Amino acid sequence: MAQAESVGGDLQLVHLTKMFATFTAVDDLNLVIPKGSFFALLGPSGCGKTTTLRMVAGLEEPTSGQIMIGEKDISFERPYRRPVNTVFQSYALFPHLDIFENVAFGLRRRKVKEVKSQVEAILSLVELDGFARRMPAQLSGGQQQRVALARALINKPEVLLLDEPLGALDLKLRRQMQIELKRIQVEVGITFVHVTHDQEEAMTMADTIAVMNGGKVEQMGSPTELYENPRTTFVANFLGQSNLISGKVFERSDDLGVELYGNRIRVPRSRTSSNSDSLWVGVRPEKINITLADRPIPAANVIPGVVTDASYIGVSTQYLVKTAWSEELMVFEQNLLNSGARPGDSVNLSWDPAHTFALDANQDVDAGVEVPEADS
Amino acid sequence: MRTRRWLPYALLIPGILWLAIFFIAPMFNLGATSLYDPNGSLDTGYRMTFHVANYGDALSQYYPQFLRSFSYAGIATISALIIAYPLAYAIAFKSGRWKNFLLVLVIAPFFTSFLVRTLAWTAILGDNSTFVHFLHTIHLLGPQGRILATPVAVITGLTYNFLPFMTLPLYASLEKIDPRLIEASSDLYASAFTGFRKVTVPLSLPGVVAGTLLTFIPASGDYINATLLGQGARTSMIGNVIDSAFLVRLAYPLAAALSFMLMAAIVGIVIFYIRRAGTEELV
Amino acid sequence: MPTATSTRSPSQPVLKTPSQIHRARVWFRSHLILLVGIVVLGYMFLPVFVVVALSFNEPKSRLTYTFDKFTFNNWLHPCQVGDMCTAVGTSLKIGILATIGATLIGTLMAFAIVRHRFRGRAVTNLLVFLPMASPEVVMGSSLLTLFVAAKFPLGFWTILIAHIMFCISFVVVTVKARLAGLDPRLEQAAMDLYADEWQTFRRITLPLVMPGIVSAALLAFSLSFDDFIVTNFNSGSTVTFPMFVWGAAQRGIPPQVNVIGTAMFLFALTLVLISQLLGARRRRRLG
Repeated sequence: MAQAESVGGDLQLVHLTKMFATFTAVDDLNLVIPKGSFFALLGPSGCGKTTTLRMVAGLEEPTSGQIMIGEKDISFERPYRRPVNTVFQSYALFPHLDIFENVAFGLRRRKVKEVKSQVEAILSLVELDGFARRMPAQLSGGQQQRVALARALINKPEVLLLDEPLGALDLKLRRQMQIELKRIQVEVGITFVHVTHDQEEAMTMADTIAVMNGGKVEQMGSPTELYENPRTTFVANFLGQSNLISGKVFERSDDLGVELYGNRIRVPRSRTSSNSDSLWVGVRPEKINITLADRPIPAANVIPGVVTDASYIGVSTQYLVKTAWSEELMVFEQNLLNSGARPGDSVNLSWDPAHTFALDANQDVDAGVEVPEADS
Repeated sequence: MRTRRWLPYALLIPGILWLAIFFIAPMFNLGATSLYDPNGSLDTGYRMTFHVANYGDALSQYYPQFLRSFSYAGIATISALIIAYPLAYAIAFKSGRWKNFLLVLVIAPFFTSFLVRTLAWTAILGDNSTFVHFLHTIHLLGPQGRILATPVAVITGLTYNFLPFMTLPLYASLEKIDPRLIEASSDLYASAFTGFRKVTVPLSLPGVVAGTLLTFIPASGDYINATLLGQGARTSMIGNVIDSAFLVRLAYPLAAALSFMLMAAIVGIVIFYIRRAGTEELV
Repeated sequence: MPTATSTRSPSQPVLKTPSQIHRARVWFRSHLILLVGIVVLGYMFLPVFVVVALSFNEPKSRLTYTFDKFTFNNWLHPCQVGDMCTAVGTSLKIGILATIGATLIGTLMAFAIVRHRFRGRAVTNLLVFLPMASPEVVMGSSLLTLFVAAKFPLGFWTILIAHIMFCISFVVVTVKARLAGLDPRLEQAAMDLYADEWQTFRRITLPLVMPGIVSAALLAFSLSFDDFIVTNFNSGSTVTFPMFVWGAAQRGIPPQVNVIGTAMFLFALTLVLISQLLGARRRRRLG
């Protein structure tokens, strides 16, 4: 039986492709997931993230391509011979075995000695001391989640796969478990690959996120990088919200000069992911200052407009502002600097060029908007 | 809302009365009959003498048939389990959208009359049948060897006739198993066979218990297979004895004692078995 | 499209496709159990094929039970053998009456058990379970002793009484399963919308439970029509179809018996397939 002997190293997916009949679920995927990192595959349902995870686990066979851990090719290894364990969606705890036996299952299959001490240690890591003899049905959702984690972790896999692990928990518990999972990952130092459709969950926990769409990776990077400098409209819309305005380049110097329906603004070159002259110019709603038309304007990029809607939601006030070309832009104003703008007021929207990004105009502006949050 | 306390009882009365008069009362009457003086007859009437010796007589005369019934039924039950498990498993996990159609196919053969399909087995196992010729050719059976009129024929018939009672409960409990549990076991280093042994089998145990009981009980009381396929005293089961004692020899007290013992033995076996299976489920 | 991936390329050329042999092994592994299942189904159908074949048989003598000569005669003249069709008629009559009786009584019981809390539920459940756990010889013979003791003449009515008795439990179990799967909020919603108890039952509960009642009735009919052992003890001189076959097995079996066997098989199969199709259509309509 293949003990997870230390093959060590990064998880690599090389030209990985999975086709179901006519549908390509995963399309020529290339990824390197560094050893010891907390990696998230983020995307809407049907984007191929779960299929990717199942191929790494060995529950699905690749149509072509390779899966490597370090120098070892595990593409067609049986699931039970891989140094990989999974925390399943809705946990898949064995209902006929108690918590102890659920957690010990992998150890017993590999004929490992000293089962008892290891199970006790891992149960205490997930703060379930004293639950060993309960049955899964007697535990709450959060507790079952911890058992599922312990059952996988106890095998000290090279890679731990988490398939929407917090999907079945309520919001408050989910927050708590996010912090917990991160703590445990740091403590055990195992590579975690986490599949989710919840951007907040991915951003809270992961060191690196790969945003997937249509079987491909749209963009990969740290949460800050993805949020601050998205490189596709899909990422701009799927991670948080973005205002995207169509523009034409009129000047290229240290930075770019872009005209948006007669309004000239600047974009740093480093934040431009296209050489084309027609661009989508983007800015996040919370980066925009809103000022009444007769007040001084605090930042360099400016667009005038008229407030059509203002909703006070506690931490911020959210405005919809209609521009001269009838696009509605979103503005989140922290409730610290109250502009006093009301619906019908003429306002100036202004923001720092450093907060501007530009994307190729040859993309669907609504990609990644309003993706239904369903299980994949 | 106003509750009508009498309503459930009103709904239950016809059923309870029917079962009490035509199922429970006969059982008591059977018990009473088994204690009558065996020297009476149907014409002259029987006297109640609490003649417990009827049981001793019945047992000493017919214990071979009792043993035969339970061993035939036991072997048939195990054979049915072995045959039905892969079928139920295939329907539950591998049949996709053909599931309902396959379930119909499982019960379809049993729409033909019990007796008619048992007679069909006499043709399949008969001395001049293709099957028996084949067994002769490959020397699995000696030149004079027969299948019909042997215990093998009776057990074959019993296995076949009660197969749906095994298949359907097995299917019902297999179908409830979340396939992710089997994936989880393979993720946790269990090979396909180990996963089957450690996860699928224990989770299907309720179906195994129900299926074996539903097969064993009717098989141990059956005498159609023994008569049509066994064709002789060497394979006669306790059902044959009870039938002829009641209907041919009209020896009511003895026949009632046999019948009562069969019931008691089955109740005992069922209770013992459920207890055992119940504790095993927890291991 | 910019993806931020740099592939640290392994030493070999990268595109790798699993071999044909590997594919075949995977296919075999995942289909093996299905193949075994199909073999088992074949075994289950073997006697049915024999019955169908023998229904077209013209046997050399009544005592052989092998295929001799093809003929349509048995199908054209099913009632050629004296008494067989009378026996089938008796079986049908008893089957229909037993079905009506057992379905009525059993459905009422199922409603009481699922929908009401009352004292003695556990005992009632046991009473329903026991007949299913008793061997037929015991049920048949004990009922015989009762009828004999009560000097009740054996015949049509005693068979009917016995059949209703052993069908009740199966009806209760089948209807109970359907009722238990019914969301009680549907009935509460009906009452919220001004339906009284009777209207709720009539308009909501009954239509939703109907498929369960229908399958219970079909089950009861097939149990009654096919019963031999219990009937044999309580029939007196009345002959049902299984009893006719039993008698014929001693004297020589007319091939027409297989005509009836085949017809029963086809009839029941058609009925079940129709109900499956209706069920599928209904499910599609209800989404």
